[in-house]
Amino acid sequence: MQVTKTERFPIRVQSDVVVVRQKVRNWTIELGLSLIDQTKVITAASELARNTLEYGGGGEVELASLKNDIGKNGLRLIFEDQGPGIPDINLALTDGYTSGGGLGMGLSGSRRLMNEFNIESEVGKGTRVTVIKWK
Amino acid sequence: MERIPILKLGSFLLVTIQVDMHDELAVRLQDDLTTKIVDSSARGVLIDISALDIVDSFIGRMLAGIASMSKILDAQTVVVGMQPAVAITLVELGLSLDGIKTALNVDRGMKLLRDSLELSEDENLAAGEANGEFESIHASDEN
Repeated sequence: MQVTKTERFPIRVQSDVVVVRQKVRNWTIELGLSLIDQTKVITAASELARNTLEYGGGGEVELASLKNDIGKNGLRLIFEDQGPGIPDINLALTDGYTSGGGLGMGLSGSRRLMNEFNIESEVGKGTRVTVIKWK
Repeated sequence: MERIPILKLGSFLLVTIQVDMHDELAVRLQDDLTTKIVDSSARGVLIDISALDIVDSFIGRMLAGIASMSKILDAQTVVVGMQPAVAITLVELGLSLDGIKTALNVDRGMKLLRDSLELSEDENLAAGEANGEFESIHASDEN
């Protein structure tokens, strides 16, 4: 797998979430995703950026253009924070589970909207969520 | 302070969301709408989301919140103009938006409200004349 381009954006305040949505939209258009896939990726990015802000206390997102071994293009998003971490990842991935005031659809829903989903978290250190959409 | 304008249309309130809302703006709209429902004795609320590219769980929750609060205040809410890609994504995300009435466009949303409130078109407009039609509470959006 080859990374052809990357860019990082901060997620520190609520308006940063809006900026992340707009940047991700531009990247999905550049990748040539269908309108439905664009919408899915932007929605997942919105959920994950909000998690980074609300639960992780802020962090960063890295956008990356990918090309896999058979020449397929994709978009990878990595959300990183240095927040409290997630003690029970399986529980956090359950539909309807929330540790905050949300609906508990953010993580589980984002997983359904993307092709690949990976979450690493260490209590006291932070959380990294990696998602990929292939064209 | 940035706000989403709320228009009074007869006995209904019309909100057209045209900006990419950050969460605080969405919460402010919820607060403004509940206040405006009481102040104007509105019977129905139309929320036009045709300009929204996405509805995530936060905005979904806000729409559901407006629908249940308005119901308690004796007004019905109809969400109109959802784009097909948004609808598909919402379902996959896991939000069913239970309890929210929807219509394809503003016209159909109006009809749905009128029918369920058993108002005729004339009655709706008459109520509007009495209260000053197309009055906007946040007409001068200062951003």
